[in-house]
Amino acid sequence: MLEVKDLHVTVEDKAILKGLNLTVNAGEVHAIMGPNGAGKSTLSAVIAGKDGYEVTQGTILFEGQDVLEMEIEERARAGLLLGFQYPIEIPGVKNIYLLKAALNAARAARGEGEIPAPEFMKLVREKSAQMKMDTSFLQRAVNEGFSGGEKKRNEILQMLVLQPKLAMLDEIDSGLDIDAMKVVAEGVNSLRSADRAILMVTHYQRLLNHIEPDRVHVLVDGRIAKSGDKDLALELEARGYDWVLEESVA
Amino acid sequence: MSAPERFLERLTARRAEDPSWVAARRQAGAARFEALGFPTRRDEEWKYTDVRRIAEGDFALATDAGYDAEGFEVQRLELDAYRLVLVDGVFSAELSRLEGLPAGVVVEPLSQALADNHEAVGGSLGRLAGVDFSPFTALNTAFADEGVVVRLSPGTVVDKPIYVLMLSRAGGQPVMSHPRVLIEAGARSEATVVEHYTGEPEAANFTNVVTEVLLERSAIVDHYKLQETGSSDMHVASIHVEQARDSRFASFNLHLGGALVRNDLVADLNAEGAETTYNGLFFVQGRQHVDNHTLVNHNAPRTFSNENYKGILDERSHGVFNGKVFVKKDAQQIEAYQNNANLLLSDRAEIDTKPELVIYADDVKCSHGATTGQLDEEAVYALRTRGIDEPMARALLTLAFAGEVMERVKLNAVAERVERAVAGRLPERFNLADLVETAEAVQES
Ligand SMILES: Nc1ncnc2c1ncn2[C@@H]1O[C@H](COP(=O)(O)OP(=O)(O)O)[C@@H](O)[C@H]1O
Ligand SMILES: [Mg+2]
Repeated sequence: MLEVKDLHVTVEDKAILKGLNLTVNAGEVHAIMGPNGAGKSTLSAVIAGKDGYEVTQGTILFEGQDVLEMEIEERARAGLLLGFQYPIEIPGVKNIYLLKAALNAARAARGEGEIPAPEFMKLVREKSAQMKMDTSFLQRAVNEGFSGGEKKRNEILQMLVLQPKLAMLDEIDSGLDIDAMKVVAEGVNSLRSADRAILMVTHYQRLLNHIEPDRVHVLVDGRIAKSGDKDLALELEARGYDWVLEESVA
Repeated sequence: MSAPERFLERLTARRAEDPSWVAARRQAGAARFEALGFPTRRDEEWKYTDVRRIAEGDFALATDAGYDAEGFEVQRLELDAYRLVLVDGVFSAELSRLEGLPAGVVVEPLSQALADNHEAVGGSLGRLAGVDFSPFTALNTAFADEGVVVRLSPGTVVDKPIYVLMLSRAGGQPVMSHPRVLIEAGARSEATVVEHYTGEPEAANFTNVVTEVLLERSAIVDHYKLQETGSSDMHVASIHVEQARDSRFASFNLHLGGALVRNDLVADLNAEGAETTYNGLFFVQGRQHVDNHTLVNHNAPRTFSNENYKGILDERSHGVFNGKVFVKKDAQQIEAYQNNANLLLSDRAEIDTKPELVIYADDVKCSHGATTGQLDEEAVYALRTRGIDEPMARALLTLAFAGEVMERVKLNAVAERVERAVAGRLPERFNLADLVETAEAVQES
């Protein structure tokens, strides 16, 4: 589904990603771990299409399509969605409006008509309930005045409504208390299916107790230094990251 | 021949049959206009607005009210309303729909009121908009022979909006019109009045309108002005409001069209409990120029005003906002809020903004502010990552900027026009507060 090959990325002439390789297949859940500043957010931002990152080498393919050639919105419509580490507030744009515009954009890209109002309302109410969000959130401006945890739940709400093929979640666990973590994890788990994939970025193992990954990768110094199954996350939790770096240099 | 003389020359050919009081008013207006001449940019009030394009123009007076039927259907608002139509300042009985007005409401063309030599109208006309207010008010006073008179008897609540449609035609020599709108709202009466300026896109006329609104005790008036004439039309307007005790006035001043637009809005809050709200939005592009001057006079204690003006400027357009709030000596326990925010969509657009509070009382709650900024690029990105294309993302954020003003617009037909002009076609009304409720109602039924 997603194939990242030899990806080199610089930000303001500083090399951040230095030859990263990653393959995610349909049905899989991958976790990318690594110390702060390793380049985890950079990877997800480049895949989503954020400005300011220069890809100097390498390719990103999503279902065989060249992602780097696609507009930001095309990537989303194709089913590639990023949940932000720091979701921003968008004053004056109602949550409900964002959801509807986004959903209709994806439908239009698939050649489908706009979703009828009753069907749409049924959908968003159901998904809001799933995320334990009162429907009053729908009428509020996107993330405006939301707590940290509410912002994260709102990111997952968008995922549940839009049903991406590949959901990338950047530090979705940060700022969540244990109850909110459970709600978010259940939301993410409900996205799991044989034809979808999830790519989680985190530097805590904690999240992985709730969302069990098929593969765990360690990103250190701009490269995947080590990959393994879920036990690797436990080992990282116990031993930190330094040994991975030493091992990979050795 | 001077410019004022050239304009006034057109007057002599006109209306020998005026009642004497009307003739006297005209003479006073003409004399004042001749003495003042057109304003120049040396004039503090006209510092940013150059009216030479008007002064140097040669405008005839229209004599008929014919209008393209197809254009009319497209341009008019889809409003269930009592409708009065002027074409280039000439009343069109054919296009107007005034049947079924409830008892206690008069809506008639000004020409009718003048022909009937209506005493009450004679007493009110010009009371708020004196010939000294500006050269254009004087000019209007000299010429005004058409317009609208709205009179509400005490306690009358008008069931539908009163829709005044002013159409501007293209082709032939440009024309000028000097319509006059008079709204007298008796005690406890309620009405919504819509002034709508539109017309053929190529029109290059000059409209110089004066509106007077009198609110008696506890009267409630919503006044909408939607200006969306073509990009060559010139438009000068002043709206003068006087409010008695516990009356409530709301102005919606929505400017989308025209080459050169100047709008003055003045309210006098003359007794306790009077409340006024100014909602303004202008969206300009190309080389459009729009100048809004607003003034609130808190002449009595315990009066309230709230003003929110938003400007959206694209390309090489130019906007002016000059908002003054004046609190008279000893007018205590006033609340006055004023806000002006501007969004520049292009770095060649320009805005001159001057909010001003002049306060001669000490027990007041006042605030004012002005901001100018650009669209938040982070927000554009965030919306695009959800699949919303860039033009749509920008449109949503632009409308979001206008949100606080647009949310108050109660007439859907008006809001949709504005939203479409600002953002192109959207799935449904963006600022509809009750989207969820509406959808739920659909679901349940
Ligand atoms: N927009 C930016 N401008 C400058 N430096 C950046 C920018 N984004 C990321 N970086 C730098 O790139 C490196 C990787 O950052 P990031 O991808 O956010 O790491 P992580 O998410 O793994 O903590 C850091 O050294 C960070 O300072
Ligand atoms: Mg990060």
